[in-house]
Formats: sequence, structure tokens, C-alpha cells
Amino acid sequence: MLELKNAGVVFNEGTTLEKTALNDVSVHIQPGEFVTILGSNGAGKSTFFNVVTGAAKLSKGQVFLDGKDITDLKEHQRSKNIGRLYQDPSQGTAPHLTVEENLALAYSRSRGPFSMAVQKSDQEFFKKNLKRLDMGLEERLKTPIGLLSGGQRQAVALMMSVLNPPKLLLLDEHTAALDPKSAQMILQITSQLIKDEKITALMITHNMKDALEYGDRLLIFHDGKIVKDFSKEEKEKLQVKDLIDFYDI
Amino acid sequence: MEVILRAVELGLIFAILSLGEYITVKVMDSPDLTVDGSFVTGGCVCAMLTLAGMPNIGLAAAFAAGVVCGCMTAFLETKMKIQPLLAGILTMTGLYSINLRVMGGAPNVSLFAAPVPTLLSNPDTQLIVLLGAAGLIGLLLYLFFKTNLGLMLRACGDNENMVKSSSINVDNMKFLGLGLSNGLVALSGALLAQFQNFADVTGGTGMLVLGLAGIIIGEAVLRPKTIGVGLSAAVVGAVLYRLLYTVALQLGFAATDMNLVSAVLVAITISIPVLQRKMKEKRKKNA
Repeated sequence: MLELKNAGVVFNEGTTLEKTALNDVSVHIQPGEFVTILGSNGAGKSTFFNVVTGAAKLSKGQVFLDGKDITDLKEHQRSKNIGRLYQDPSQGTAPHLTVEENLALAYSRSRGPFSMAVQKSDQEFFKKNLKRLDMGLEERLKTPIGLLSGGQRQAVALMMSVLNPPKLLLLDEHTAALDPKSAQMILQITSQLIKDEKITALMITHNMKDALEYGDRLLIFHDGKIVKDFSKEEKEKLQVKDLIDFYDI
Repeated sequence: MEVILRAVELGLIFAILSLGEYITVKVMDSPDLTVDGSFVTGGCVCAMLTLAGMPNIGLAAAFAAGVVCGCMTAFLETKMKIQPLLAGILTMTGLYSINLRVMGGAPNVSLFAAPVPTLLSNPDTQLIVLLGAAGLIGLLLYLFFKTNLGLMLRACGDNENMVKSSSINVDNMKFLGLGLSNGLVALSGALLAQFQNFADVTGGTGMLVLGLAGIIIGEAVLRPKTIGVGLSAAVVGAVLYRLLYTVALQLGFAATDMNLVSAVLVAITISIPVLQRKMKEKRKKNA
């Protein structure tokens, strides 16, 4: 599915500010896997995501998606197959566009550039899907999304990435900016949607409990390297106190 | 009465300018300075074709020329990574020379000798033609912004980061937005040339602010929340502004002072929210 071969990223190469963000990382993600990722700040987790989406350039190594070398593809070319959700809910949605327009942005584009983005049948379809979130969003299709709460916006952003299922979904601490209750709810919805739609997903989190509870594989990043790779069986035996040692202070 | 009618007609011509600028200022959220150049380009191109006996092809050619101007700015901005404001200024500056070339080196051209009547030649139908033009363009823009392509363009101005990560080519959207915007601006310049029966190479000064004034006054009156009302507001505002302008002229303002009036008006309108907030804070402190 997703494979990194000897991936390395160095910022400010050749200057005194040189920083190795990813150091010779090789990893292979299987189709349908839901992988959680832990690691302290600056361990290379987000750089890892950026390399996959194309937002950061590799200094060396290669990235493969479905066996195809995508190392030289631009960000917008890759994003047909790769969806990404950010920590900040405002990053994943366009605030002045309504809920239905945001959803249409993700869903209707295949119909061609000059067809109407939101059609009657779409509205029914959007309503049906928003009901799955159980947040009452199906009644607010015409509301500009900037007026919704962070949790609601993140839920819509999640729905956007699922309506047009990507091969790979990257979740970059997508619940970190939410209150505990919304965070838990979004996480459950995420897990459910990933299962229902059989999406391959990677999730960065700082919550060790979540990292153990969700997903079927756990990667731990440290100093630009993957230092631990727990399979589903190993992960089930792990406890939060086993993980704390992987963070340096 | 005659004066008011003429003001409304001019207002409708500038409404098309405001609609064009609406795309860059409101939808793409980055004002484009190409306008002061492309407005004249539209006038020049149309004037020369009108003199050659093709007034309607002239209007279409003016639109096309405007699109090219906008794409030039988009090219500088996206491919050459020049700051948006500077990219606009560069195109505008270059256009001054091009506009002179288009008119064969003459700083202004009169259309009274045009061999074929234009759409605006008959004073009885002028108002209807202009109403139709502004209305049609507004409606087409509205429908466009509801299509997938229009939605992508709006999302680009709303949240560029999100768009970048969602398989839309942001660079192409900038070409589209700036091209369409300047096409309409040039069309507005072309209609003005036919309406006034002359084209002037210096006629573009202050056009950006003038178009902006229309948008802002419209917003103050209609308080738009949706894009449909926003576009209507640009048309209504442009006409209202022209009416105010005419009143000011009647009150004895010199026509040459009007650029200052426009600039002050736009500056004040934009600063109102800030001033209101400051007043509020002051009142809170005193209370």
C-alpha cells in the first residue's frame, strides 16, 4: 500500500541550522491497516506525513503508493489518493462556504467543472451521511461552516474525506484541538468510518491511551527514526506505562 | 433627469467593473492592481476595432485582451513567485506602453467617426442594453460560482491550504480568477469607450478604487451574507456610487477632485469597523 524506502529529510542542509527531520526511514503499510503513531515533538511524525503528501521534499529515498513511485509527484496530484485531516479544524474546511458546499467540494468534482456543485440528489445524500455523525448537522446544510463549533467542523472535514474515499487517510492529531468529549466522539466516528469504508489510515496522536485503544498497529518515532513497530498482537499487551519511556524530556 | 439617467448608465458600466473586481477582492481575497491597466486595454482594443467597423467584435476582443492581461499577472504571481501586489503593478505598468501601441501611439482616440453604430449609439436603448449587460453578467457569475469550478475558486480564496491538499491546482485557479476578473474589467472599459465615444490612455487611473467603492457601498447597503446578494450588492453599489458622484459634481466639486473623494470614501468605509471597536474600548475604559 504505502511504502517508504530509505526516506531522509534534512532541513537547511549545509548550514549551521542543519536539522535531520527524517533519518533513513523505511516502512511498509499494508492495505486496510489503521496505524497509530506516537512520538515526542520534533520526532519527525509530521515530516513523515508531509513526505507522504508531497508537502515536504525528500532529500533522499523514495515513496511508493500502491506500488507506484510517487516521489516526484506534486502535492495536488497525490491528493487524489491521499486525504489529510489537521489538528486545527479551520484548516480542513472553507469557512465562508456552506456545509453542503464544502461537502460538494470533496464529492461532486468528478461530475466535471461546469456542472452545478450541489444538486437535489446530493442534498439527500449529504443529509443521509451527516446523520451518521449524529450531531444534527443534517439540518444545517446551508450554514456557512465558519459558524459551526470546532468539533462540528472537524466532523464535516472527516466526512469530506470519506465521501470520496482516499486510498490513504492521514490524521494529524485531528482531535487535539477539541474538548475531551468532542475529541472522544470524533475519534469513535473516525474509527467507525475507517472500518466501514475499509480505508487505510495513519493517525498521529499524543494521547497514549487512544494510541493503544484504536488502530491495529503502532509506530513510535524518535529523532527522525521509527524506533518501535508494534503489531496488533503486541499492541494489545501494551500499557500506557510501557510507552512513556519512549519520550525523552 | 437627464443627468440622473446618465449617472445610472455610467453606474451600470462601472457595475461590470465592480463585478470583475469582486472576483479578486472578495472571492480570491487579494486585490489585483492589474485593473488600472486592463481597464484601459479594454477601451483601447475596443476603440480601434470600432473605428475599423467592428464594434461588437471589439467588445469581445476587449474581454479576451483583459483575460490575457489577468493571465500575465497570474503567471508572474504563480510561476515566478512575485508578490501579488507587485505582480499587478508590473503588468499595469507594462500595459501603459502596450495601450499606446494599440492606439497607434495616440494618447486618445475619438469614436465619433466610427463607420458602424455601436450597441450604445442609440440614446433611447442605451439604458436597456446596459441593464441587460450588467444583469446578464451578474447572473452568469452567480451561476458560475455555484458550479464545481466556481466552488473551487471560492475555496481557494477561503482556505488556500485546504485546497492545496485536496487535488485542486491552486495555480490554475489563480489564472482562472485573475483572467476572468480582468476580462470583465476590460469589457467595462470597452463599454465606457463606446459610451463616451472616446478612449484615453490615462483613463485607468483610480479604477481599482472606483470599482472597490461600488463593492463597499453595496455591502454597506445590502449587508450580503451569500454570494448571490454579494454580486447584486456590487451592481447596486456601483450605481449608487455613480449617483453620489453626480450629486457631488452638481454641488460644485471639480471633476479632477473625484479620485480623492473616491479614495477618502473607500478608506473611511473600510476603517469604520476598526473605529467602532476603538470607540467601544474607550467607552468600556471610561465606564
